[in-house]
Amino acid sequence: MTAPVKPAGPGPGTAGPGTAMLSADGVAVRFAGRGRRAAARAVDGVNLDIAAGEIVALVGESGCGKTTLARTLLGLEQPTEGQVRFAGEPLSYRTGALKGYRRAVQLILQDPTGSLNPRHTVYEAVAEGVRIHRLGDEERRVADALARCGLRPPERFFQRYPHELSGGQRQRVVIAGALVLEPQVLIADEPVASLDASVRGEILSLLLRLRDDLGLAALVVTHDLGLAWNIADRLAVMYLGRIVEAGPPEQVFASPRHPYTRALMSVLPESPGEPVVLTGEPPDATRIPAGCRFHPRCPELASGAAAAAGVDSRCRGVALPVLPAAAPDGHSMAACHLADVTPEPDDAP
Amino acid sequence: MSLLELRDLAVTYRTADGRVPAVRGVSLRLDEGQTLGIAGESGCGKSTLAAAVLRLLPRTAKVTGEVLFQDEDVLTMRWGRLRAVRWAGASIVFQGAMHSLNPVQKIGKQIAEPILLHEPKVTPAAAAKRVASLLEQVGLPAWRASGYPHELSGGQKQRIMIAMALACSPNLIVADEPTTALDVMIQAQVLRLITGLVAERGISMIMISHDLSVLSVTCERLAVMYAGRVVEEGPAHEVFTGAQHPYAQALAFAFPVIGDERSRLRPRGLGGDPPDPADLPSGCSFHPRCPVAEPECTSVETALWPAGPARVAACIRVRPDRAAARAASAAPGEEAG
Repeated sequence: MTAPVKPAGPGPGTAGPGTAMLSADGVAVRFAGRGRRAAARAVDGVNLDIAAGEIVALVGESGCGKTTLARTLLGLEQPTEGQVRFAGEPLSYRTGALKGYRRAVQLILQDPTGSLNPRHTVYEAVAEGVRIHRLGDEERRVADALARCGLRPPERFFQRYPHELSGGQRQRVVIAGALVLEPQVLIADEPVASLDASVRGEILSLLLRLRDDLGLAALVVTHDLGLAWNIADRLAVMYLGRIVEAGPPEQVFASPRHPYTRALMSVLPESPGEPVVLTGEPPDATRIPAGCRFHPRCPELASGAAAAAGVDSRCRGVALPVLPAAAPDGHSMAACHLADVTPEPDDAP
Repeated sequence: MSLLELRDLAVTYRTADGRVPAVRGVSLRLDEGQTLGIAGESGCGKSTLAAAVLRLLPRTAKVTGEVLFQDEDVLTMRWGRLRAVRWAGASIVFQGAMHSLNPVQKIGKQIAEPILLHEPKVTPAAAAKRVASLLEQVGLPAWRASGYPHELSGGQKQRIMIAMALACSPNLIVADEPTTALDVMIQAQVLRLITGLVAERGISMIMISHDLSVLSVTCERLAVMYAGRVVEEGPAHEVFTGAQHPYAQALAFAFPVIGDERSRLRPRGLGGDPPDPADLPSGCSFHPRCPVAEPECTSVETALWPAGPARVAACIRVRPDRAAARAASAAPGEEAG
C-alpha cells in the first residue's frame, strides 16, 4: 500500500511549496515564565504549509504545542520568531488588517456546546459573522451555510436553540457559522473529540466534502491518529514544540521513521505487535532537553539501537534542524538522527 | 460461578417531562475473573447501568429487576450490607478523575479512607503502608501520598482513582470511561495498568466506553447497548471484527483501523442522531438510522437471538426463522463453491 505517494486530495494547490494558502515560517512562540520560572517554548520552530484543497492533520500529545501553533496561525498569538503568511503575504497584526484575515481563516472548536451561546437561536449564531462583516443578504447566506452542513431544510432550524439540538447538529451549526463567511481556511481543534462515535464519521465526511466542493484548506488539530487516516492529505506529528515527522499519511503510517511516531502508533488498540508505551508524562516546554528533544524518552536510544548505529552521542548532544515545510520530493521526513542514517525501509514500490 | 448477574434490569428516571426510561430490560452475566466491556454512545444507558450495579442512582430513578452480586440482590440489600459491598466487594472508577478527588485533602488520606472505614482493625500506620504499596502498584512513587491532587497530571489522577478502587481488594471493578479525556499515550498506560492489575489479582471487571476498539483489546466479552438495551453480545474480538447488529457494525467502523484502505479518506458514520430516551421509535429502536432496515422493523418486537457460538444479537436478520431461511438458501451455493 506504499506505492509512490501523492496526496489523494483534489488537484489544485496540492502541488508543492509556493502555492501554500497559509504557512508558518520558522514560527516560535515563547511564553514568559512567572518569577524564576524559565520561559515556556510552546512552539519552538515550525515550518508548515497548508495548500488550498488540502487537509493537514497536526497530531501530538497535550502540551506539545499544537493548540498554540493553531492559535498563532489564526493570528490570536503573535509569534516570537518567524512569521505566519497568508496567500504569500506576512500576516499584519493591525486590528483593521486582522478583521479581513479573521473572515478568511475560521476556527472550529472541540466542544460545540461551549462554542454556542445558549440564548441565541441557530439563526442568530450563524448570522453573527455576517453582521459583523456586513456582508448583506443575511438570510440567504445563513440558509446556504446550514444546508451545506447537512441541516436541511435550513428554515426548520432557524428558530431552534442549541439545547434542542443533538451534539452532532450543534457541531454542524458551529461549522455553518464558520462557512457562512466563505473562508479559505478552516482550523479545527479536535472537531469530533466531544461527539458520539456514530456521529463522528458524519462530521468528518462533512469536512472532506467541504474540501472537495469549496476547495477549502483545513488544519485539523487532534490527538487521534485514526482521524488523520480518515481525512488528512498530509500529517504532521508534533513533539515538544517541533514537528518531528511529516508526510502523506499512507507513507507515515506504513513506515513511520521517527521513534515517537512509532510509539504513538503502537499504542493504538488494533495495532499489531507489542505496544511501545513511553514512560512518563509529556515533557515540559520550560525545560527542553539538549540534543534531540525526544532523547530522554526515546525507546531506540534506551534499547541501544541508536548506539549500534553510532548516533547515540549525537542524540544526546546535537540538536536537530527544523524540518522544512515540505520535502522537495513529497516524501515523508523525520527529525531523527537515527532515521538520517537508516535507509528508508520501502522506498521502492 | 457467576459473580454478578443482572436480570431484566430496568431504570426509569422521573423528570419534569415525565418518565424517561434509561435502561430497558438488560440481562447480563459476569463470571469470577471475567472482563466485560459495555459499549454505546451517550444516552444509551451504559453509565446508568454501571451506577445501578452499586445502587448509586439518585432517588428520581426507579429501578426494577435484579442485580445479583455473589447471589445477593443489591437492590433489596439492607443499607449496612450495601455499605460493606461497596468498595470491598465492588468498586467504581468514574470518568473524569480530576473531578472525583477532593482538592483539599492529601492523596494518601483519600486512598486510606475506604481502608479505615471497611477494615476497622487496620491501624492508620498499617493503612499508610498499604497506601504506599498501592501507589507503587499503579506506578507512582510513595511520597505522592503526602501531596495534593493539583500536583498531579490527568493520567496520574486516574492512577490514584485506580489505587482507591483497589484499596479494599474488591472482587469486581466497574470502570466507567476510565481513559476518556486522557492522551493517547497516557490512555495506553492507564489501560495497561488496569488490565494488568485485573489479570494479576483475578478481579472481574466491567469496562464502559464508547470506543469499541479499546474494549475489544481489554475485555473478553463485549456488550453493545443502544437506547437502553443490549443489542449485541459476544466474545469481544468477534463482536468488534464481525458485528451482526448494524449499530454494532457502525460503532466498530467509527474508529478506523489505520492502514485499512477501505477507510482511507472515507470516514464512515451513521446518519441521524442518537434517539431521545423519552421518545423512542417504535419497533426496533434503531430502525430510523438503520442502513438495512426493512418495513417490518418499524413494528417488530426484537429480542436477543442466538447469533453464533456464545453470541447474541437483537436484529431481525439473525432471528431464528430468518437465519434458517438464509441457511437453506445459502446451502446449495456453498456446495457449489
